[in-house]
Amino acid sequence: MALLRVEKMGHDFGGLRAVNNYNLEVESTQVRGLIGPNGAGKTTVFDLISGIYSPTEGSIVLDGKSIVGLQPHQIAAMGLGRTFQNLRLWRHMTVLEHVKMARYSKISYGLIGAFFGTPRRKREEEEIEEKARGLLDLMGIGRFADQVVVNLPYGAQRRVELARALATEPKILFLDEPTAGMNPEELVQMMEIIRLIHKELGLSIFLIEHRMKMVMELCEIVQALVFGEVIAEGTPEEIQNDSKVIDAYLGREAVH
Amino acid sequence: MFSHVPLLGWLLGAAIAVSLEHFLGTSLALALGLPKIPVLFGFVIMLKKPVLIPGAILYVLLIYFLSIGVTARLSASPANRLAAKLLSLPPWFSVAVHLGLLYATLHMWSGMSAYRVITLKLTLIAVMVTLSLNVINGYMGEFSCSHPGFMALGAYGASVFTVVLFVNDRLFGPSLLPAALAPFMFPVALIVGGMVAALGALAIAIPSFKTRGDYLAIISLAFMFIVKSMIENLEVVGGPRGLSSQPDCANLPTVFLWTVACVWIINNFVRSTLGKALNAVRDEETAASAMTVNTRRTKMVAFLFGAFWAGVAGGLFAHVLRYVNPSTFGIQKLAEVLAMVYFGGLNSVYGSIVGAVGLSLLSEALRPLEILKWIIIPLLLILLMIFRPTGLIAFKEFNVKNLIAPKQKREEEM
Ligand SMILES: Nc1ncnc2c1ncn2[C@@H]1O[C@H](COP(=O)(O)OP(=O)(O)O)[C@@H](O)[C@H]1O
Ligand SMILES: [Mg+2]
Repeated sequence: MALLRVEKMGHDFGGLRAVNNYNLEVESTQVRGLIGPNGAGKTTVFDLISGIYSPTEGSIVLDGKSIVGLQPHQIAAMGLGRTFQNLRLWRHMTVLEHVKMARYSKISYGLIGAFFGTPRRKREEEEIEEKARGLLDLMGIGRFADQVVVNLPYGAQRRVELARALATEPKILFLDEPTAGMNPEELVQMMEIIRLIHKELGLSIFLIEHRMKMVMELCEIVQALVFGEVIAEGTPEEIQNDSKVIDAYLGREAVH
Repeated sequence: MFSHVPLLGWLLGAAIAVSLEHFLGTSLALALGLPKIPVLFGFVIMLKKPVLIPGAILYVLLIYFLSIGVTARLSASPANRLAAKLLSLPPWFSVAVHLGLLYATLHMWSGMSAYRVITLKLTLIAVMVTLSLNVINGYMGEFSCSHPGFMALGAYGASVFTVVLFVNDRLFGPSLLPAALAPFMFPVALIVGGMVAALGALAIAIPSFKTRGDYLAIISLAFMFIVKSMIENLEVVGGPRGLSSQPDCANLPTVFLWTVACVWIINNFVRSTLGKALNAVRDEETAASAMTVNTRRTKMVAFLFGAFWAGVAGGLFAHVLRYVNPSTFGIQKLAEVLAMVYFGGLNSVYGSIVGAVGLSLLSEALRPLEILKWIIIPLLLILLMIFRPTGLIAFKEFNVKNLIAPKQKREEEM
């Protein structure tokens, strides 16, 4: 059974048909890609599945349970982690606090613990801090742990987002253009990190990418989205050689 | 020169200064040509009779600055040793020693006049109100205007509770329980007041936090006016004439302990990951919800929590003055509380303490200027907003461990 199955999903923004008849099946530990020109509706697909918007029609089943209409925090707690195309970090919080925050749904000390600083809270906060530091080390940003996140270099901020998403213990990880705005060196590092977390944590990854190189090297199956509709689906080679894709996308922008 | 004086040293200095004033204050004041001990650091005297300015300044310098400075400096190394020793004991013990010393100082200082007692109590209550509003307007980043309304609900809730139970009253008839029980039931009365306020907050929270958007400012402002006019029209609690004859339960130790409890609990909350969720919701709500944070619940809890403490503060307020009327809880109170929050600094427990104490004392000190006071204080606030838009001490963690630790380490390391 597929870990994530989306069927006939569609969404309107007012009069604009942003996504139409979208279907997706992700098996566990699979790495999938979604490409398409700017404004094609890729981010909207992510937002629909992760619950930020509710789809106008269609069904979404995560790990055997329908998640249509659930709140984003519920979907996240069920095992869907994500990052954002434009970094969405909490500008007054430290790196460590970012990663600890993503454990929110697993905190069991409750308000009593929060108000009165019970021993249980102390223990639990220490546990999640240890886990958080472990993830930061895995991402190679352990040395930034106690810095406020806005003081970090851009590449490191991207990794904070990744560490934060991983702290929710996702079964499937959505990455929205994780290399947007990166220089070639940072790009190679980010690719290494994505490979590493896939290998170490064995989770499924669903990746939006602009740069063909990333998609070709990382993904098993790729969808091409144009004007909210999937025009082709297949292995990276198939997509690269698909005439419709070349017309709609590759034809206009040179292959990176 | 004072960098290695631990908190314990400063508290010791303050205690010595206050004892000096207790024993020598009157004779020193007379010797300096002052009619009596300057009751609030000489401000009132200076503004009323400018000829006495040199005497008042000299008095403040000698009694406070000199004795605190000298004691702190001289006692630095024994105080550090003591602080280090205390630190090796359970932390609550060290905290209790510091708080005990602080209380003793405040007790002795305020023991010199009834005016000081009431000023001190109202200042402590202002700390609670400011801090609880900072949870909503600072930590959570919403703009709420309903705090005077919550105080009013708390004040009337607690007052009705104590007056019905313990007082033979014109409005509520004979007391139900012996008056001697009142001090023991007073905490219950305050919690009832807090609960009433939190219930009122629920009426705002449900419509405001359902959808995103800036409805809270409007709805909460309306709420404040509704509470005020509701009480004005409620003859059972005295209507616009107010409610009086509350039992005399809010003595200084009680107000002090409740303030300490409030600061402690709020500080605990905002430092926990559950409390930090407020910051996450404020800075980037979408990301917070994608990281499993239940944003609606987070906002509701914080809002009700802030309202609860405003209610408790209102209950204390009513029992300090032993009289409340609805006109106290209007737009002027709102301006006062907002000023304290923004003056002290958003998202900061330190800031709220400094803001509340600073503005309360300033407002008392400038009282002789009458109407001019309402020009000077806003002017100060405008200047502050220009030069420090986030307030005096914004975004500062309040870390009890660091606060009570000895201060010698740093030198040894260097
Ligand atoms: N919240 C919104 N309201 C209205 N239109 C939107 C909204 N979000 C995205 N769109 C529109 O939907 C289309 C797809 O956007 P998006 O999913 O961000 O594209 P991509 O991520 O592929 O670049 C665009 O035309 C965009 O303008
Ligand atoms: Mg996008």
